[in-house]
Amino acid sequence: MAQQTLSQPDEVSIKGASVRRGDKVFFNLARSAGIFMLLLTGSIGLFLLWKAIPSLQSNTGNFFTTQTWFPDSTPPLFGIAALAFGTLMTSVIAMVIAVPVAIGIALFIAFYANRRIASSLGFVVDLLAAVPSIIFGLWGLSVLMPNMQGFVEWLSTYFGWIPIFANPEEVYTKSILIAGVVLAIMILPTISAVTREVFLQVPRGHMEASLALGATRWEMIRMVVFPFGKPGMISASMLGLGRALGETIAVALILSAVFEINWQITEPGGNTFAANIALKWNEAGTNGLSALIASGLVLFIITLLVNMVARWIISRRKDYSGAN
Amino acid sequence: MAKRIDITDLNIHYGAFEAVSGVNLAVEPRSVTALIGPSGCGKSTVLRSLNRMIEVIPNARVDGKVLLDGQDIYGEDVDPVNVRRVIGMVFQRPNPFPTMSIYDNVIAGIKLEKRRSKKADNDDIVERSLRAANLWGEVKDRLGRPGAGLSGGQQQRLCIARAIAVEPQVVLMDEPCSALDPISTLAIEELITQLREEYTIVIVTHNMQQAARISDTTAFFNLSGAGKAGHLIEVGPTQRMFSNPEEKATEDYISGRFG
Ligand SMILES: Nc1ncnc2c1ncn2[C@@H]1O[C@H](COP(=O)(O)OP(=O)(O)OP(=O)(O)O)[C@@H](O)[C@H]1O
Ligand SMILES: [Mg+2]
Repeated sequence: MAQQTLSQPDEVSIKGASVRRGDKVFFNLARSAGIFMLLLTGSIGLFLLWKAIPSLQSNTGNFFTTQTWFPDSTPPLFGIAALAFGTLMTSVIAMVIAVPVAIGIALFIAFYANRRIASSLGFVVDLLAAVPSIIFGLWGLSVLMPNMQGFVEWLSTYFGWIPIFANPEEVYTKSILIAGVVLAIMILPTISAVTREVFLQVPRGHMEASLALGATRWEMIRMVVFPFGKPGMISASMLGLGRALGETIAVALILSAVFEINWQITEPGGNTFAANIALKWNEAGTNGLSALIASGLVLFIITLLVNMVARWIISRRKDYSGAN
Repeated sequence: MAKRIDITDLNIHYGAFEAVSGVNLAVEPRSVTALIGPSGCGKSTVLRSLNRMIEVIPNARVDGKVLLDGQDIYGEDVDPVNVRRVIGMVFQRPNPFPTMSIYDNVIAGIKLEKRRSKKADNDDIVERSLRAANLWGEVKDRLGRPGAGLSGGQQQRLCIARAIAVEPQVVLMDEPCSALDPISTLAIEELITQLREEYTIVIVTHNMQQAARISDTTAFFNLSGAGKAGHLIEVGPTQRMFSNPEEKATEDYISGRFG
């Protein structure tokens, strides 16, 4: 090559775009993949809407506020109020528990543990993140729920004056709280694994800069690690939230499928979009299927919204993103 | 404000590897001491042992004494965090905090010391430190912008401002100009000459002219062989070291007849 150019200098041209073929192929590949994803998401939404319309037209109640689910009776009467409540409540409980604990574990692995403990703990966390949710559901039902009863009872006895912990019936199983805890344990490894990776990306120079100013390790974490890792921590949490919102089987096993909004989260009851779809699908008639799809569409939209809010939070302070 | 440093019988290991051995060195207050020597002879290692930043490296071990005005910084009841608050450091690569504005970068150390300081006080400190670092004129209109948006030389001066904002006793600098262009280098050299009036400065440099221009005392380190520990070969007033060194190795190194 080099020789050719030397002997025939006039062939060397600086005119024209110097795009290599590989670049072009890859660019087109990436672009079509992106467009494909957009089309796919859009067509899923349209498909759900298309299938949902018949039941929405036949519904005699308000789809958003009704707290019953009788789409196959005449006249059909159903609504997602209780499903939305149960889904959001279990997810909120899961996030409140999982995010701080997961970040704590990630901090411990990345900055406090010695190398041997850090790598084995990291390995366990990665392993747990890959466990299928049915396993968590079974474990929650057969191990966690019986063992948590004492704690839930204690909670409602001593903190019953806080309305959400009140439990006059004194039944302490199959509650939204327990489902939330199972979800928390399920999403914890995912959040922890991703945030740990983010923490390990923090440039050494910035950590040293803060230590050299006389920061303690915790001050260094607050000064450098959290600001740098914030977008990653949000993304990790959203990943976990996405899994919690859409979790079907673990929740279906634990909740006792009640179509009523109950703020007393230690009492049996509650239901979620995904669990309801899984439980009702096989016995549903034509209108029932359409109604379930309508509820699925709402879950789909909630998930999209959550992700868009996360994107927005991440992009708000681009100037300071530490990526430069 | 400035304090003196006395190093006696300093040995530093990384795991089983002895990086520097038997260093004895006195650093006078209000002076610039330059550490020179070939790559790998342990200049950075010695420098980082002076504010206990060496302990950030997991298996590093320090033996010997480092006295700051007579007090051993490796003493039993001495917290490395407190040592670093009085002995500041500037690194080879400029490292302003990317998530902070120029203003917040400068007062980052102040915020560590006292949680709540008055806005007016902070404004004063920011202006004084940036003026001392010869950066005030260039950034006074954009203190709220990210520190990472400055040029390399400006970033390094910002790092110096950050280090001196907490009014340390000593400032350590590890090749602060090696990533900079000649103009920025000159600006920082001038700055070091000014800072010398108030602070004790120890600087590592590979640039002989720089050492000759700005330092009062020069310490020459060398390796006795590949994979062996670095030693302090010779230390003395810079003028004498450059005009009339006692050791042959020093003369060879300074005149460029070496590695
Ligand atoms: N983190 C570390 N772990 C193990 N060995 C190290 C570490 N840092 C430095 N060393 C070794 O210690 C010796 C001294 O290194 P040091 O960085 O102090 O040299 P230096 O004089 O600053 O060199 P340079 O001029 O290239 O910066 C070298 O042999 C180096 O390989
Ligand atoms: Mg070095």
